[in-house]
Amino acid sequence: MNKITPPEKLTIKDYASDQEVRWCPGCGDYSIVRAMQKTLADLQSPPEKTVFISGIGCAARFPYYMATYGFHTIHGRAAAIATGTKLANPELDIWVISGDGDSLSIGGNHLMHVLRRNVDLQYILFNNEIYGLTKGQYSPTSKIGTRSPSTPMGSIDSPLSATLYALGCGAKFVARGIDTKPKHLPEVFKRAHAHKGASFVEIFQNCIVYNDGVYDSFTAKDVAAERQIEVEHNKPLIFGKEKEKGLRMNSDKIELEVVTIGENEATEKDILVHDETNKVLATLLAQMEGPNFPVAIGVLYCNPSNTYEDAVHAQIAAEKKAHPSTNINDLLRSGPTWTVD
Amino acid sequence: MEGSTTVAMEGAIREQVEDVVVRFAGDSGDGIQIAGGQFTLTTALAGNDLSTFPDFPAEIRAPQGTTFGVSAFQIHFGSREIRTAGDAPDVLVALNPAALKVNIADLSKGGLIIVDTGSFTERNFKKAGYNGNPIENGSVEGFRLITADITRNTLEAVQEFGLSQKEAVRCKNMYALGLVYWLYDRDRSPTTGWLNDKFGKRPEIANANIAAVNAGHAFGETIEASGETSSYQVMPATIEPGLYRTITGIEAISYGLVAGAQKADLRMTFAGYPITPASAILHSLSKLKQFDIITFQAEDEIAAVGAALGGSYAGTLGVTASSGPGIALKTETIGLAISVELPLIVINVQRAGPSTGMPTKTEQSDLHQAVFGRNADSPLVVISASTPADNFEVAIEAVRLTTKYMTPVMLLTDGYLANASEPWNIPDADKIPKFPVNFLNDTNEFSPTKRDPVTLARNWPIPGTPHLEHRIGGIEKSYDTGNISYDAANHQKMTDIRKNKIDGIANDIPEQKVTRGEDAGKIAVVGWGSTFGPITRAVQKIRLEGHKVSHIHIRHIWPLPKNLGSLLNGFKKVIVAEINTGQLITVLRSQYLIDAQGLNKISGQPFKVSEVEEAIRKSLEN
Repeated sequence: MNKITPPEKLTIKDYASDQEVRWCPGCGDYSIVRAMQKTLADLQSPPEKTVFISGIGCAARFPYYMATYGFHTIHGRAAAIATGTKLANPELDIWVISGDGDSLSIGGNHLMHVLRRNVDLQYILFNNEIYGLTKGQYSPTSKIGTRSPSTPMGSIDSPLSATLYALGCGAKFVARGIDTKPKHLPEVFKRAHAHKGASFVEIFQNCIVYNDGVYDSFTAKDVAAERQIEVEHNKPLIFGKEKEKGLRMNSDKIELEVVTIGENEATEKDILVHDETNKVLATLLAQMEGPNFPVAIGVLYCNPSNTYEDAVHAQIAAEKKAHPSTNINDLLRSGPTWTVD
Repeated sequence: MEGSTTVAMEGAIREQVEDVVVRFAGDSGDGIQIAGGQFTLTTALAGNDLSTFPDFPAEIRAPQGTTFGVSAFQIHFGSREIRTAGDAPDVLVALNPAALKVNIADLSKGGLIIVDTGSFTERNFKKAGYNGNPIENGSVEGFRLITADITRNTLEAVQEFGLSQKEAVRCKNMYALGLVYWLYDRDRSPTTGWLNDKFGKRPEIANANIAAVNAGHAFGETIEASGETSSYQVMPATIEPGLYRTITGIEAISYGLVAGAQKADLRMTFAGYPITPASAILHSLSKLKQFDIITFQAEDEIAAVGAALGGSYAGTLGVTASSGPGIALKTETIGLAISVELPLIVINVQRAGPSTGMPTKTEQSDLHQAVFGRNADSPLVVISASTPADNFEVAIEAVRLTTKYMTPVMLLTDGYLANASEPWNIPDADKIPKFPVNFLNDTNEFSPTKRDPVTLARNWPIPGTPHLEHRIGGIEKSYDTGNISYDAANHQKMTDIRKNKIDGIANDIPEQKVTRGEDAGKIAVVGWGSTFGPITRAVQKIRLEGHKVSHIHIRHIWPLPKNLGSLLNGFKKVIVAEINTGQLITVLRSQYLIDAQGLNKISGQPFKVSEVEEAIRKSLEN
């Protein structure tokens, strides 16, 4: 028998490229790229089969820092380009890296269609509620009243929820993470990676220069336990420093409510158990925001379905079986012909 | 008809004519294109040379009987070489008053009109904008006329097959076809065979249509016997021996892409978005999946070119097709393809513009968009097809250049070429040289921007290859490493490289040949694209009168053939004929500083031979 030498285990460092990282010091992107490198090391993802495709924006510089294949494309179009890449080679493991402007303004259409088609890739949206690379204009996720160079009197249009948008587009996997949760984030990435189909992950990411502290109301250390809920499949939806709070369904109003176990006749039995295959529940969880509700993070929805590229290649395989000739001369001579002597 | 003699054939007297132009016209729901397609096939099988031009409205089913709902199909066939769909119809088949109204002005002097009197009702006169019956009020004076109640005769002929009224009326295109078959002594059996094939599952429909063809033919024989009108004969043309088929531009371009991908040893990723008239390429390739073609109907034009480029990134041949407005949307991605130096074929089936313009009408007005229409110094390759069948060769050439030079290639064709058809001497695909692509595997001193010293093309490492992991993008990159670089000298170097790479392709394309005539002389008529037919015929006619006029037709628009400048300088006068306000001429003037004169037409219609002839004559006089 041949002695098989186990391949050397790849470490976090092996997934980092030699390029100098050019994000602002203190940017939330640093911890995300680190979480991604850790994820790939944990998964032992083959670097040659891993591809990062991005659009334009601060987040879109991400592929340069990964020692894998990478394609830094143009504003908003990463999803479309990634679709072509995945169709051409379904063996590739594709991560799309994007931001709130890239995904929800200029590229909103492509995000919609990559999700509804269910192309097998991971779509990571860094949401910092601002256009950073163009020096701080408000974005489609900015709250009303956001003061920015283009809205000196405050923004006046309603923000979009990235997660609700993804659910509305028919995404089969929707999750959320936070840049400052280095243990939680890789777990979310791994779930996204394990899901076959389009996996959508929104990361609440802090822009230290143009929108510092935008998520402090639920990410700051002193409030995090009270203002966040980490959802897990088949586990009760509880949160709070002492895990004393939970989510209960108000069937009359068809809405969630926060209860404290032991208060107002609320018992553990009243607490909803997370079912990640339930789209209605995922939608209710995605809608929650402070100060009355905790912000839900983790896998809100996971309900796998057939992937687009599988269906595309199944049709090609069927046609190859039905018409085995790939002779061009046969093709050119199909249909009526005549001979001139 | 350019010449005719009368001959006696098998008892009947048929006037022999050299070439004929027939236009079928009717409501867009009348099956005009089908009748035209059948007449084309039959005429090809009869051994005539031919050229066709379908002209249909942009509206799918415009209100019945209106002038804007008229669909037409023109065929020019003859016993000589046929290069155009013909200037003026000799025969007009008008299945309703609107079809007569729209087309009568084009008819040649003394031409023959066949009308369906069954549709000549007061209501239809009004819809067509006629004040009373045009047959009776002098509108058709100077023309010959065959009147037949085609609607009623068809209904009678198909009565026994038990079709619904709607189905029965639909057979009238076949009745009209049968009548024209009689007029030109055509064999009905190819159409009979086609009908049996098409309606195999509904034999009553096949039989009814066959009965309609026969009834139309019989009607012709009856009027001939009564001496009311005579019929014609067009002898077979002298055609180069070989195996032939008819081919449309869309078919040719699709087959050319398939053949090109095979020659390059690549799979194809074709992504498109519905747009007239380019969608037909998506339809055509979607039926050829067995050739390992991924076809993708994207959410928009931008996604279509993006998916094509994504396909190239992964190591397949990325192709997208659109028309002017769609190409405009793709522009930014084409710039990215130039920057990252990946293969990408962008097909532009040009149509009349600007903006939405006239989607079903032809034009050549996107040449500047193709050559210059991007931000920054962003050169790419532009090539063009000149006849429907020529699209096949040009598509293969596009694949060769895009893969060899790692550059986007813009292939210009147009609405006329896409839909028109011509007989095609089918080439032996095995004789077309291969140009297999070699993806990079060598890990030694790897850089994604390492170049071939001759072609200047960068190497092509694809995702999935171990130890060649790298990053590419639209940010300027270092000449040496491919990493992001904002260095001033490096940007100059990369800009020069991008330009020199494309310019250098001039050494790898054929030198410009003269299509017809001498290599130097008094006048050169220069064209590109679909003006080939009218220019070459016009030059041929003028040359028969003894004038030294040459025709030069350019396939490679950018870079231009390296001998073109000296070739043009050999002529006293250069006329550049284009279906635009003067785009190629601007390029030629700026490249070669020549005093070229433009012949331009922008009506949504191809040049007539007579228009080109007239321009040459004028130039000869001066």
